Amino acid sequence: MENTVIDAHNISKTYDPTGIPVPAIRNVHLHIAKGEFVALVGPSGSGKTTLLNMIGGLDHPDSGNIIVNGTDITALRSADLVKFRLHNIGFVFQAFNLIPVLTASENAEFIMLLQKEKKAKRAERINGLFKQVGLLDKKNTRPAQLSGGQQQRVAVVRALASKPQFVLADEPTANLDSAAAFNLLDIMAALNREENMTFIFSTHDQRVIERAKRVITLVDGQIVSDSTKLPL
Amino acid sequence: MWIVHLAWKNIWRNKSRTAIAVAAVSFATMISMLAASLKEGIFNNLIKDIVSSYTGHVQLHMKGYQDEQVIENGFVPEKLLREKIIGMPGIATITGRLESFALISSGETTKGCLVIGIEDQERHGFTAMADKLIKGAYPSIRDNGLILSEGLAIKLKKNILDTVIIIGQGYHGSSAAGKFIVKGIVVLGSPKLNDKLVVMPLEQCQLLFAADSIVTSWAILLKDDTDPNAAAKNIAGIAGKEYEVLTWGDIMPDIKQHIEADSGNMQYVQLILYFLVGFGIFSTLLIMMAERKIENGMLLALGMAKARLELLLLFESMFTVMMGAVIGLLISLPAVLYLKFNPIRISGSTADAYKRFGFEPLFPASGDPGIFLKQGLTVFVLGLILGCYPIWVIRKMNALKAMKK
Repeated sequence: MENTVIDAHNISKTYDPTGIPVPAIRNVHLHIAKGEFVALVGPSGSGKTTLLNMIGGLDHPDSGNIIVNGTDITALRSADLVKFRLHNIGFVFQAFNLIPVLTASENAEFIMLLQKEKKAKRAERINGLFKQVGLLDKKNTRPAQLSGGQQQRVAVVRALASKPQFVLADEPTANLDSAAAFNLLDIMAALNREENMTFIFSTHDQRVIERAKRVITLVDGQIVSDSTKLPL
Repeated sequence: MWIVHLAWKNIWRNKSRTAIAVAAVSFATMISMLAASLKEGIFNNLIKDIVSSYTGHVQLHMKGYQDEQVIENGFVPEKLLREKIIGMPGIATITGRLESFALISSGETTKGCLVIGIEDQERHGFTAMADKLIKGAYPSIRDNGLILSEGLAIKLKKNILDTVIIIGQGYHGSSAAGKFIVKGIVVLGSPKLNDKLVVMPLEQCQLLFAADSIVTSWAILLKDDTDPNAAAKNIAGIAGKEYEVLTWGDIMPDIKQHIEADSGNMQYVQLILYFLVGFGIFSTLLIMMAERKIENGMLLALGMAKARLELLLLFESMFTVMMGAVIGLLISLPAVLYLKFNPIRISGSTADAYKRFGFEPLFPASGDPGIFLKQGLTVFVLGLILGCYPIWVIRKMNALKAMKK
């Protein structure tokens, strides 16, 4: 399909940490199109994070393949996968993971530096995004001086700065209070709407699930439901 | 460039840890620098004492003299050659000597001795024999006198103005015999020389051994900071194949070996010091890598190539080590310079022992820039080697596992 971003075919993953095989993902087929706002939900141990990691090229399936924007990432060598992640995938982590010695804008700019973007282009993009997330006045502030919600917004800017194909967010609201969580979701929803950016979350958070346009439920490593909400 | 910028920022994220690491490197660099410059200064001083008491830095002989030290292997000095050598850069003094073994007798006691005839210029310059007198005065050619080393005078039970007889073999098989007055007694640094040396003016010695105008060696003293090996090579180039040119180390290999062995022992001390510094830096790196495990995993997940992250961490290690090395250098520099110009003057029995062997009881530091460079480079290389640890950690790091708490 022309607007397909992620196409996972029959992927399986089994962990074997104590000598007893534990299936994490079992024969999952997944198709995500450009501009979707997807929530991966399910109980703990259902395989949400494993699936997200495999889509993000951080983990390899034992079988099956994952096509991201036309590239089979399961066939890529490690170094090529790093490069692929840099140019195609944005990450938002539960614990924000900002670099404490850099300012908010330097953190956001970091990915663009890795991409060897010119200074002027970096500044233009970062300023625009900071404006969109409402943190223009905080761009020269260090992470320690920002609230949790502000830090997560900076993390969203960092994920979007590289103009990725999609953004993967692992429990993005888990460490936020309600107001900050709603604010973050508003911002991501706006970015999804205005920039047609694809967001895929793994979450337990009912607030995120309610905002998602599509909810995929995993139980014991298998997709048990996949529902798309109709626009009101 | 941004990697350098980020590395610099990163080392200040935990100021106290960086300060501890920098202080450890500084302290070690300072101690190592002081130890190295004192070692160099003390040994240089010992060498200076040895060469200035007898051998010179370099000696020129007729080929074969070193293996067979007889007057037949002596030479008639060429004035032109002497002028050429004295005109070479780094040459301070050159002096001719005639040396031969003989028997010295007095009453019923006869001992083997080494007779040396020295040029009058050595009275106060070079070996400064006149300055080493503990009794009597330096003889002139008219005195028919000689100087006895202290040990030999004791063995012969002779004192000033006593008479001794020297019997030996002169040039080309002639008999060498003479009666001399003991004009003075000297103490020499080398116990070996102190037990057997007889000194007289060169002309008198040449008369005794019927070796008119002949010398067995030219002893050459070099200016400070001149390498004896290079000087010997240059002199050999000018002198021609009929001569042999040897350094003090070639002439006295046992003393050279002793100094080298002592120097080796000091290097072990420095090695232990470097180990301590190494562990200090390594523990800092261990903590740093443990503290930043999640962050490093996150950077790899975001798409930072491992090589770049390794370079970043290497820069951080190198900045820490370089800061420590530079501070250590800056702290040690005034101390080294002070000790160079105000050497530690040892006292008591150690000083007496030094004096007895003709050495100055001084511990000076060497201000040779080579020492600073060598120590700085050693610490830098140590930092580079230890900087391989973060590289190794990143090389085997799995981004996903690293990000798990």
